[in-house]
Formats: sequence, structure tokens, C-alpha cells
Amino acid sequence: MRTMKLCKVILRKCLRLGLLLIGVSLLSFMLVKSSPIDPVRAYVGADMMTVSPEQLERISSYWGLGQNPLTQFGHWLRAVLQGDLGTSTIYRASVADLIAERFGATLLLTGGAWILSGVLGFLLGVFSGLNPDTFIDRTVRLYCYVLASSPGFWIGLLFLLFFAVHLGWFPVGLGTPAGLLSAEVTWMDRLHHVMLPIATLSILGVANVALHTREKVIEIYQQPFIQFARAKGINGLKLFRLHGFRSVLLPAVSMHFASFGEIFGGAIVAEQVFSYPGIGQALVEAGLGGDIPLLLGMVLVSALFVFVGNLLADILYVAVDPRLRKGAV
Amino acid sequence: MQAGNEAAAHDLKRRRSDKRLIWLPLTALIALLAFGIYSNEQVMVNLQLRNQAPGLTHIFGTDWLGRDLFFRTMSGLTRSLTIGLIAALLSTLLAVIFGILSWWHTKIDMVIVWLADLLLSLPHLVMLLLLSFAMGGGMKGLIIGLTLTHWPKLYRLLRSEILQINESPFIHVSRQLGKTKSWIAGNHLLILLLPQIVVGFVLMFPHAILHEAAITFLGFGLPPEQPAIGSILSEAMGFLTAGIWWMALFPGLILLATVLSVDWYGRLLGKKLQVKGGHHHGG
Repeated sequence: MRTMKLCKVILRKCLRLGLLLIGVSLLSFMLVKSSPIDPVRAYVGADMMTVSPEQLERISSYWGLGQNPLTQFGHWLRAVLQGDLGTSTIYRASVADLIAERFGATLLLTGGAWILSGVLGFLLGVFSGLNPDTFIDRTVRLYCYVLASSPGFWIGLLFLLFFAVHLGWFPVGLGTPAGLLSAEVTWMDRLHHVMLPIATLSILGVANVALHTREKVIEIYQQPFIQFARAKGINGLKLFRLHGFRSVLLPAVSMHFASFGEIFGGAIVAEQVFSYPGIGQALVEAGLGGDIPLLLGMVLVSALFVFVGNLLADILYVAVDPRLRKGAV
Repeated sequence: MQAGNEAAAHDLKRRRSDKRLIWLPLTALIALLAFGIYSNEQVMVNLQLRNQAPGLTHIFGTDWLGRDLFFRTMSGLTRSLTIGLIAALLSTLLAVIFGILSWWHTKIDMVIVWLADLLLSLPHLVMLLLLSFAMGGGMKGLIIGLTLTHWPKLYRLLRSEILQINESPFIHVSRQLGKTKSWIAGNHLLILLLPQIVVGFVLMFPHAILHEAAITFLGFGLPPEQPAIGSILSEAMGFLTAGIWWMALFPGLILLATVLSVDWYGRLLGKKLQVKGGHHHGG
């Protein structure tokens, strides 16, 4: 019975988010269509002088550019659902292949940053929440406020400047060592290249989790069950381990899942700073180069990132928290 | 008697400091903008002074064309501030209009709520990039993009606030007295929401500046002869390995200081006006 109800809730969330996904693709399709870039011109590129107007006309009608935009969207959506995202005009390669190639790199970066910032943020939040208005607490809060206001790419630049250029501990850019075949690249190489971008993203991502966790800790420590436990003589870390930890963990993890999209957004900038070959870099290149198929493909992938993050956050809330499972849903 | 005098004096002091809270930042802003215009004229190419480290004559150093980085940064900051200001103003206006419209009719509410969800279902920067691409870049594309991406959070805040106000007795009384919806919106909702709106605007401003910096850093938006903080930093990226650290450090520091002070002011204002949930985060 309970699992039935749970499935229903999850299904409903999926439906809602799925509808949003279709909405996002429609919106981005229409936006890209309304851009001043002429797809035929972008496709032909430097050969513009040698192509006759009739040929341009033929390309345009072959692509169905004269049709109603909604029909075009239908065609595009059908192709996307079959896994055909078109051909990138910059790379002259299938967009689906490009995504597959870069997805791993971005996942490594965002996943690493997500975990690191989550753990660090949680710890900081707990420490400052357990000691409100002490020196530790003030320091953590100041750190969070300052970092929430810092431009992410600038922090990346400073890291690059200090750790890579000045100290020479890390490579200056790229995802793998230059001049090596992809078969020769070891995991250590990859890790060495991704460490600095991950550090940049994590340092920024910590702020949100830490502040949120701090508030939760303070809130929970005013509850009667904590006072009761205190009255029984439990205190300090033992009190937190037995009674505080689980109540604080859930909202923190759930919120952190929901911020997946923001970390992805930060990754776009970090990839640019560190010339890291991921989804975000391709997105920026596509936008600057007027590569419409690639741009749409990358936008879809990033929407999927946010989608999965939000879905996991929602599911986690419903599946793990017994209070929500019974009443609120 | 004594107590009454003290209370009056206290009140006067408070009011004075309240006034200061408004005109001080305004003067600072105007002074900064004026200085930016002056700085813009001071930026000159001087090939003999290329890549000078920070010193007494050029406190931020010079770049690879010998331009003074301090003046270039200030000029860029002014541009970023102007864009952020316009975008935040328009976006706040949009949030208020949508908030009122949501209250007006449940069908409109459904559409706008969905629209807000839609805009939030892409990472902020991706949406901005897409919009700026669709508008063909430039200052106009940048402002439109920033405006269209920043309203949803404030809108959600205002919407829930309106839902609460809508249940108050005086709204019921107004309705019973036959007041029209537009009268209630103008005489009750807008006035009660004013503190929220003002604080929301001030706190949206640094977000808009940060996003503007990020998007110009990525190369969207402004042409190179109109430097913004983002594009100056993106130029600096090419000189990092040459050890020219001042090009990356100072413009970012100025940006950080600006964002921090606006954010701090917003929080202060929120505390003064007793706006709850004044700080809304988000990258």
C-alpha cells in the first residue's frame, strides 16, 4: 500500500518534470529559431561565394525551413527521441557522439565537486550550527557570504594563477596531458587535471549547503526531543550523533540535490577557465559559433542535469522522510 | 516627561539614520557612475607602457596595450553596474506585474507559475546564454536576457506574500465594500509589498551583476571596445601563464567589493524594513 502510494507520487513528479522538459525544448527551439543567425548561411560557411541562390533555396527546402515552426519542432523532437540530435557545424560530427564524448568529463567534474562541496558544507554547517555566535560560527558565515558574492570564474582564475602558474602543482588547462593518445591517458592524469576545477567549484558550492545546514541544526536543537535528551545527560558530539545527525542530513542532502543545476552552471564557467573539454565548453563554443544543433543538444543535456537533480531531491524527500510519507503527500 | 523626550529623540535619530540609508547609497552610486564616465576617457593605448606591474603611477598596472587597468576597470564596472541596474529594475517590475496578475485570476496564475518553473528548469547561465544568443548579443540582448531570467525568484516570494495578504480581514472588507480588484491591488497589495519589492530589487542587483560578468566572461554580449569586468578578466586569461597576475586580480577584487557592498546594503535594508526571507540565494 505504502509503496503503491510512493510510486504514484514519483510518477506524478516524473510527469510534471517531463512536461517541463518538453517545455524547455520547445522554448529553446523557438529561441534559437528567432535568433538572427541564418542556418543555411551558417551551414555553408566560407563557401558562400561559390553556392548559387538556387542551391541555397534547395538546402532550405530540404531542411524544411519554410514550414510552420511547430511542424519543424515536431520533426526535430521525433528525431531527438530516436537519438538523432543532428550534426554539429563546428565539429562536423554527430552531436550525440560529441555529447557522449564530453559527458564523462563533465560528470567527473560536477560529480566530484558535488560530493566534495556537500561533505565540506555539511561539516562546516554542523560545526557553526552547534556553536552559534562563536568565533567559528562567525568565520564560517563570513566565508559563506563572501563566497556567495564572488564570481566563480574569478576564483578559478586566482586558483590557476596561484596553484598552476606560481606553484606549478597542477597543469594549466585541458582535461588530459597534451600530445598523448587517448589510450595512453591514465586515470591519474585525468584526476590531476580535474582537481583544480573541482576545487574551484567546491569552494563556491560549500556556501549554500553550509548556511542551510547551520539553520537546520539551530532549528532542530530547539526541539523538545533534544531538550529531553539533554535532560537525560547526553551532550556534545554524542547528542548530535544520536539525535541531530539524521534530522539534519536529510534536508541538507535534498537541498544539495536540488542545487545540482547550479553546480552544472558553475561548471560551464570553470570549464572555460581551465579549458576543460566538457559539455559547458561545447555549449559556449556552440553559442559563439552559431552552431545551432550543438547548442540545442547541449541545452537539452543541461536541462536533463537539472531534471535528474530535482527528481532525486523530490524522491528522496518522499521516500526517506517518514513524516512526509504519511501525511503531506 | 523625561521618558517621552528620550523616545522622541530616539525617534528623530532613527529617522535621520533611515534617511541616510537612502541617500548615502544613492550618492555613492551616482558618484561611481560619474567616475566611470571620467575613467572611460582616461583609458588610452600607450604601447611604451605595456604590461607594467602595479606602481605609483598606475596603481592597478597596465595591460598588453599599455592601458591603465584602474581606469579600464572602473569604466568596465560602470558599464556592468548600468546593465545590472536596468536589468534588475525591469526584472523587479516584471515580478511585481506577474505577482499581481497571478492574484488576479487562477488561470493566469497557473500559466505564470509554470513559466517560472520553466525558466528555473535550466541552469541560470544556460538560460542566459540561450536568450542572449537568440537576441543576437549586444547590450540589448544582455539586458533582455538578464531581465527575463531574474524575475522568477522574486515573483515566487511576492506571490506567496500576496496569498497571505489576500486572507487579511481588510481585504475582505474592501471586497464587501465593492472595491474593484485594481483598487485593492493599488491601495493594499502594492503598498504592503513595497518593502519586499525594494529589498528584492536591491538583492537582485548583485545577482544580475554577477551573471552579467559571467556571461561577458564567456564572450557573449559586449563588443571588445566596450569593456565590462567579465571581458577584462577574459582577456586576462591569456596572460596568466606570462605571470601578469594584476590583470586578473584587481578587476575581480573590485567586482567582489561592489557585489558584497550592495548585498550587505540589501540585507541591512531588509532588516530595517523587517522583510522576512529577504535573502534569496541562487547562483
